[in-house]
Amino acid sequence: MEDLLQKIPEETLKNIYSTMLRIRMFEEKIVELYPEQEMRCPVHLCIGQEAVPAGVCANLHAMDYVFSNHRGHGHCIAKGSGFKPLMAELYGKSTGCSGGKGGSMHLIDTENGVMGTSAIVGGGIPMGVGAALASSMRGEERVTVIFFGDGAYDEGVFHESFNFASLKKLPVVFVCENNFYATNSPQSARQPVCRISESARAFNAPGVCVDGNDAAAVYRASREAVERARKGGGPTLIEAATYRWKGHVGPEEDFEKGFRDREELIHWKGRCPINAFAERLAASDIISRRDMEGLARGIEKELDEAVAYAKKSPYPAEHDLLSDVYADNG
Amino acid sequence: MPWTRTYRNRDEFERAFPQNAGVRGLAYRDAILEATVELMEEDSRVFVMGQGVDDAGGVFGTTKGLHERFGKGRCIDTALAENGITGIAAGAALCGMRPILAHMRVDFIPLSLDQIINHAAKWSYMFGGRASVPLTIRAIIGRGWGSAAQHSQSLQSILANIPGLKVVMPATPYDAKGLLRAAVKDNNPVIIIEHRWLYDHTGHVPEGPYTVPIGKAVVRRAGKDVTIAALSYMVYEALLAAEELKGRGIECEVIDLRTIKPMDTGLITESVKKTGRLVSVDTGWRECGIGAEVVASAVEGAFGSLKAAPVRISLPEAPTPASPALEALYYPGKKEIVYAIEKMVRAV
Ligand SMILES: Cc1ncc(C[n+]2csc(CCOP(=O)(O)OP(=O)(O)O)c2C)c(N)n1
Ligand SMILES: [Mg+2]
Repeated sequence: MEDLLQKIPEETLKNIYSTMLRIRMFEEKIVELYPEQEMRCPVHLCIGQEAVPAGVCANLHAMDYVFSNHRGHGHCIAKGSGFKPLMAELYGKSTGCSGGKGGSMHLIDTENGVMGTSAIVGGGIPMGVGAALASSMRGEERVTVIFFGDGAYDEGVFHESFNFASLKKLPVVFVCENNFYATNSPQSARQPVCRISESARAFNAPGVCVDGNDAAAVYRASREAVERARKGGGPTLIEAATYRWKGHVGPEEDFEKGFRDREELIHWKGRCPINAFAERLAASDIISRRDMEGLARGIEKELDEAVAYAKKSPYPAEHDLLSDVYADNG
Repeated sequence: MPWTRTYRNRDEFERAFPQNAGVRGLAYRDAILEATVELMEEDSRVFVMGQGVDDAGGVFGTTKGLHERFGKGRCIDTALAENGITGIAAGAALCGMRPILAHMRVDFIPLSLDQIINHAAKWSYMFGGRASVPLTIRAIIGRGWGSAAQHSQSLQSILANIPGLKVVMPATPYDAKGLLRAAVKDNNPVIIIEHRWLYDHTGHVPEGPYTVPIGKAVVRRAGKDVTIAALSYMVYEALLAAEELKGRGIECEVIDLRTIKPMDTGLITESVKKTGRLVSVDTGWRECGIGAEVVASAVEGAFGSLKAAPVRISLPEAPTPASPALEALYYPGKKEIVYAIEKMVRAV
């Protein structure tokens, strides 16, 4: 077996592969169907970044919490959310995971520990630390993972939250998906030191930078961080360097709009996290190419069912406009 | 006067002015850009800050090309650090500069409320008038396509509650330019709330400098039966409603508030004394909203003239839903205004 995959159980490797493929195909289904204009909400796709949620969440249990952001489809899928409630939410249907009220930017799946995604950049970070505080107060063996971007690292609330988490040794893992851009602003236009993981040291906590397109590397780094958190060792800051293939929002690429270079995109497409992983798995005889194709066919079918389900689901009723503003006290 | 009219886009504008008889049409977004360019040319203290101000999109076109024209030193792309950046802009304003800080959405203002409310708004009073913060903050209201709860809020009433702040909401391209100029020239923090749906609206905008006074509302359409006090995008809906009601024999007077704080209560009461009826139309929520202030001003200033209970048209008391089915129910418009006014007039 290839060295890099060593010590990762075969089942886990298969799961990671399958998760990445599920995320990629879900996002591609959106790309395919978005022009129909039936998904009437802004979509922030994570194509190109699949190794991060897949590698991290392979270390988590259903009870573990996940907090995420506007680019959250992949985090939910990796944490175990089904396609149907996600797809129905994108279609604004009452069967959606947020009852149609949230749309793509506001997904939730409490059964799988996804406690809601915020589209205010950085907004989910302190809530994730609060979740970790709650589980530590209750003495649970629960870990919280917070996914956020390099843009969210700009926000003061990241530093405030990381400081508190380290001070209180909370069971939380900070996963920064560094795709080098916040909308169209490159990281270097916003940060003097483009090495986010190093800032952890200032808070007396470990920080690691991993190749975010290498699912095995992400898995290993986050396994260590999750284990440390679970044992009471406090937070870790993982910086996963990766790249989004599509524009900041919507199903199209954006290099023609003058935001980023085509060459940069081509370079990163050549480093596709899924292709690279598939090659390694095939070369190590962990999954055959035929099984991979079978897997893809199964996912495609599941996706088609989810789309059909979403399309035929009803919209929220008129009275739903004013429901849920306050929680019931019943 | 041509600048009191506004058209949804350039086509409509050009149809209304076939020869363009000395009347230059400009879209709202371009009026903002033009005001900014002129201000930066006139005054080296003026600079622009904000997320994406120097990118190819340029805040929906309103800051497009500024970095090429004036350099990145005066068109500063910022990190995602709203409170810090607001404080930095406030500090620069305190010490002699005239910053224009741009937010893509009003919804990001809550992150900077500490610097806005506790600092910028207080500096003049707290130090006995020995210093001031001439800061201009632009923020855009989003709407539609499932923008949802965190990307479509109208938070003007929070800001309008704070002494020391001025809040303006231009509804026409002419006012967008004139109020932005006035804001930058003002010695106080001024917040300009723009509505995304106005960005293509086209109207007459003169070249060169002029200001629209902060604190002055304007009558967009005169009428004797009902006063409609509207703001921002809702002025447009109110004018459509007034046109329809005219066909049904009801003459509406449409007031464009333009400035939310300090509100031009004089113009509202003057109009209500004439019409005896008042409808406020806001882009925000009802409770403790701008409509409440409008109605209070009429009750205080024209109590004896009121022939009917004033009506507030506003958003339902819920955050914005994403689903298109609910979004369609969420926003009031011409139809709701017409309905409310017919009901009010018929009841008398
Ligand atoms: C507080 C706040 N500021 C600005 C925005 C507008 N905005 C939405 S996503 C985004 C970029 C976020 O970048 P990053 O955190 O790196 O995540 P990415 O989109 O790259 O995944 C910005 C600026 C916002 N939603 N919230
Ligand atoms: Mg990013």
